[in-house]
Amino acid sequence: MFLSKNPRNRKSNLRLVVNRDAKFTNFVEFRTHKVIYRRYAGLFFSVCVDMTDNELAYLECIHLFVEILDHFFSNVCELDLVFNFHKVYLILDEFILAGELQETSKRAIIERMSELEKLE
Amino acid sequence: MTGMRGLSVFISDIRNCQNKEAERLRVDKELGNVRTCFKNEKVLTPYKKKKYVWKMLYIHMLGYDVDFGHMEAVSLISAPKYPEKQVGYIVTSCLLNENHDFLRLAINTVRNDIIGRNETFQCLALTLVGNIGGRDFAESLAPDVQKLLISSSCRPLVRKKAALCLLRLFRKNPDAINVDGWADRMAQLLDERDLGVLTSSTSLLVALVSNNHEAYSSCLPKCVKILERLARNQDVPQEYTYYGIPSPWLQVKAMRALQYFPTIEDPSTRKALFEVLQRILMGTDVVKNVNKNNASHAVLFEALSLVMHLDAEKEMMSQCVALLGKFISVREPNIRYLGLENMTRMLMVTDVQDIIKKHQSQIITSLKDPDISIRRRALDLLYGMCDVSNAKDIVEELLQYLSTAEFSMREELSLKAAILAEKFAPDLSWYVDVILQLIDKAGDFVSDDIWFRVVQFVTNNEDLQPYAASKAREYLDKIAIHETMVKVSAYILGEYGHLLARRPGCSASELFSILHEKLPTVSTTTIPILLSTYAKLLMHTQPPDPELQKQIWAIFKKYESCIDVEIQQRAVEYFELSKKGAAFMDVLAEMPKFPERQSSLIKKAEDVEDTADQSAIKLRAQQQPSNALVLADPQPVNGAPPPLKVPSVSGSTGPESVARSLSQPNGTLSNIDPQNPSPDLLSDLLGPLAIEGPPGAVSSEQHGPIGAGGAPDEVDGSAIVPVEEQTNTVELVGNIAERFHALCLKDSGVLYEDPYIQIGIKAEWRGHHGRLVLFLGNKNTSPLTSVQALILPPAHLKLELSPVPDTIPPRAQVQSPLEVMNIRPSRDVAVLDFSYKFGTNVVSAKLRIPAVLNKFLQPLQLTSEEFFPQWRSLTGPPLKLQEVIRGVRPLVLPEMANLFNSFHVTICPGLDPNPNNLVASTTFYSESTGAMLCLARIETDPADRTQLRMTVGSGDPTLTLELKEFIKEQLIAIPVGSRALVPAAGPGPGQAPPAVQPPSPVIAADDPGAMLAGLL
Repeated sequence: MFLSKNPRNRKSNLRLVVNRDAKFTNFVEFRTHKVIYRRYAGLFFSVCVDMTDNELAYLECIHLFVEILDHFFSNVCELDLVFNFHKVYLILDEFILAGELQETSKRAIIERMSELEKLE
Repeated sequence: MTGMRGLSVFISDIRNCQNKEAERLRVDKELGNVRTCFKNEKVLTPYKKKKYVWKMLYIHMLGYDVDFGHMEAVSLISAPKYPEKQVGYIVTSCLLNENHDFLRLAINTVRNDIIGRNETFQCLALTLVGNIGGRDFAESLAPDVQKLLISSSCRPLVRKKAALCLLRLFRKNPDAINVDGWADRMAQLLDERDLGVLTSSTSLLVALVSNNHEAYSSCLPKCVKILERLARNQDVPQEYTYYGIPSPWLQVKAMRALQYFPTIEDPSTRKALFEVLQRILMGTDVVKNVNKNNASHAVLFEALSLVMHLDAEKEMMSQCVALLGKFISVREPNIRYLGLENMTRMLMVTDVQDIIKKHQSQIITSLKDPDISIRRRALDLLYGMCDVSNAKDIVEELLQYLSTAEFSMREELSLKAAILAEKFAPDLSWYVDVILQLIDKAGDFVSDDIWFRVVQFVTNNEDLQPYAASKAREYLDKIAIHETMVKVSAYILGEYGHLLARRPGCSASELFSILHEKLPTVSTTTIPILLSTYAKLLMHTQPPDPELQKQIWAIFKKYESCIDVEIQQRAVEYFELSKKGAAFMDVLAEMPKFPERQSSLIKKAEDVEDTADQSAIKLRAQQQPSNALVLADPQPVNGAPPPLKVPSVSGSTGPESVARSLSQPNGTLSNIDPQNPSPDLLSDLLGPLAIEGPPGAVSSEQHGPIGAGGAPDEVDGSAIVPVEEQTNTVELVGNIAERFHALCLKDSGVLYEDPYIQIGIKAEWRGHHGRLVLFLGNKNTSPLTSVQALILPPAHLKLELSPVPDTIPPRAQVQSPLEVMNIRPSRDVAVLDFSYKFGTNVVSAKLRIPAVLNKFLQPLQLTSEEFFPQWRSLTGPPLKLQEVIRGVRPLVLPEMANLFNSFHVTICPGLDPNPNNLVASTTFYSESTGAMLCLARIETDPADRTQLRMTVGSGDPTLTLELKEFIKEQLIAIPVGSRALVPAAGPGPGQAPPAVQPPSPVIAADDPGAMLAGLL
């Protein structure tokens, strides 16, 4: 899952991250930014942040996002994300906006999602 | 979303594809399908539209270009019902960016949704603007968004989105928020109970205070209150604690905001904050749960930064240092990484050198860590902590690491090693050793600056000269040595080789033969240096060695007709000079000492540091998102002439400049006006280029007569007289058009120069991408203000210029990268609209950017088996075009071949049976065509060289046409400037003023026919 809009950046990010050993840091410096990534089985979640941003805060931000997905899909797996990519976008829009954290309460987001589902 | 079967089926299909090719076919099929449906509006129900738009987004996510259907996505935004509207908003935010024209069409709908009553629509609209809103949005929407943020009737849901949306608008246009009215509101927002709204508002605050902390000083105590609330876990709902830690993210943000206030004056606030910080520093333990551990350490590291920023009491600082010392020794990679990173920051704030030195061996271990991220941090820290006491050890380690380091790190590594060696060298011979090892191990990454510097040291220290010469001689025994090593050893042995004369293997003729062995392996930039060395060796052989003289003269003779002007000129001059006995000795005497000055390397390192280290404190203080570096020049105002220039000139430009500088008794270059010296940095970076303008142009028409007529008297006259730089006129220095034309054929040089500023350019091209760097150098002792640079791109290029700072400090140089992407073939040219103010004068200029068609060509030589099938497969218009061109500049065939080669269209010799014809090939790169083969054939008429028939072919009709026109322009172009200047040289080459003709790369100046054509 990449939060980058540019597919080209996404590809080079991927190359940067996937070959790294599990014992390495979760941070890779990428041009003038840093990529913070976390691996869950075969899935990589990564965010690109400024050099001076707090690395660990973003690392846990990824985990919180995964927990939210896990809650929402109840035991999330890769296929859930692929076939429901539009839902993932919706969740992401409740979680992060303008590149900043918007909401850190799992409950608030899950409740909001069920509100939205009713509207469909 | 239920029942979107078509979408699921499509996704399954994609997943079932066996390979990339099958996937692409499936995607193409679907795109075709979607395209047809969009055209047929009658059957396009909102449901179908929605489905197709999701498919487009999916395809986009896979990494394919989706260049249609944007309108359909945008139009869904105005749909009355939620499901369609939602799709429209999401897909638009993903597919478009802020500069997209379609987005403007949506502004009104978006605004109506924001001010309307439907909360769901408000959320959608705020999300879109928060993600992709640009300046247009900032200007028209900021007040509405502000209203929502402070409204008491809106749910937190809307308000937190409004806060971040406003943050986006503020980033796009800081004027969107009126400080006066907003500061109090912002402070009130920080009293918010809802932690979601508070988290978003704190992010907004961070951006606001980074821009103007004074206006928001009332927010400072509120941030401390937030921290107290979280630290004491008061009024924090369970759902906002993360693994038992009260919102670590909010804690981090509040502490980040505080780092933008210079100090905290109010004693009670300060006390309260220090209590919180103390609690964090003491109370963070390592726990088993990874997430909890990360979260608590995220808070801890932010607290460390804040303590460093506040420059707290000694006791607290030493606590921090102790913690960091612990962190850089732990196994856990993330914590070790952060420990190293923060320790480096700590070095800048406080004197912790001695404590860090205790950990030196652990840090060196991290330099060998398998993880590059850790190695990078360790390198920075080692660099920062280096001083005289540990320089030998650290540099030794860096050199060792250099052999195994990956390419991406070698350049930085070698630069850092070179700087440390220079800064902290216990003795100079060690310094010479280090640099030579550096060149030996990582020659590709050793910039010219580095070897210029070592030459400078050796020249200035007589004791060092025999040592350096013997070291240089040793390296020559190695089987394969890097070209830079050839350069530096040739230079040193030329100057000081005679000091070794009595040692075995070091006689002049032995030195000559071992150096000459390298000549076939080096490029044309090194050959001139070798020629100079030969001349010096010859000069030092007393009494003359006729055998050596014969050999060397033979080489000079051989290069007398070399195609490279530089080499040709040196060969001719040295040959003539070496026949002149005493004058020869005089001219080639030892290089004078260089005036002392700050190392350009160290200056260079300062910018590297600026980008690489990114000290949080420094960065947060500036926070301007600009890639451009501003380098203040620490030189005294009346500036000593830049000594590095001398080796740089002799290194890569001119023999005549060697001679020229030699003719100055104290090594002062007389072409630098002492009142108004060009900035050192410019001369370092662009030294060889800057000089290439007028003085470098002792062009071949001066050689012609000398060589042919053997009138040696003129040699001194033309080659040695220094050329004054016109610094005191208000007019332009040099001719813009000429500079542009020169830059069309080479990749670095001066684009523009006037008495106040010099704009240099350096370019690298790869496929359809280019990276240019503009060097804007202020030549004066007062700043240039209101500097503006704007790119006016033609339709076929995508150009991105990093922002240029508004002010260029006195005698400083600013670099601004410009990214270029070629979308399709075209001969249009991008223009840089440039202006600045000097005192009250406003100067502006429109400069063409040399990102021209031939930059996207890559030379390619084909054999006849490759050429003819391709040639035949192009069967005629529009892929293959033919034209008879008249009024061509008459060129003999070899010259025409050179002209073609110079713009990367490679002549393939021998392919055409008719000797009067040329065939050529090249590869063109653009996004639309990819890499595309281009072929050309020129049929000339030996009886009439002013006309020829040209056939150009490629797989793309536009490319064929553009390339044909481009070549035509080159063939009939009469280079600017040559008209006026040729006559000046014409009447008598003997009296010709030296070096007035700018080099005009396309004209074959030694062809009388071409010159005549120029006159006519």
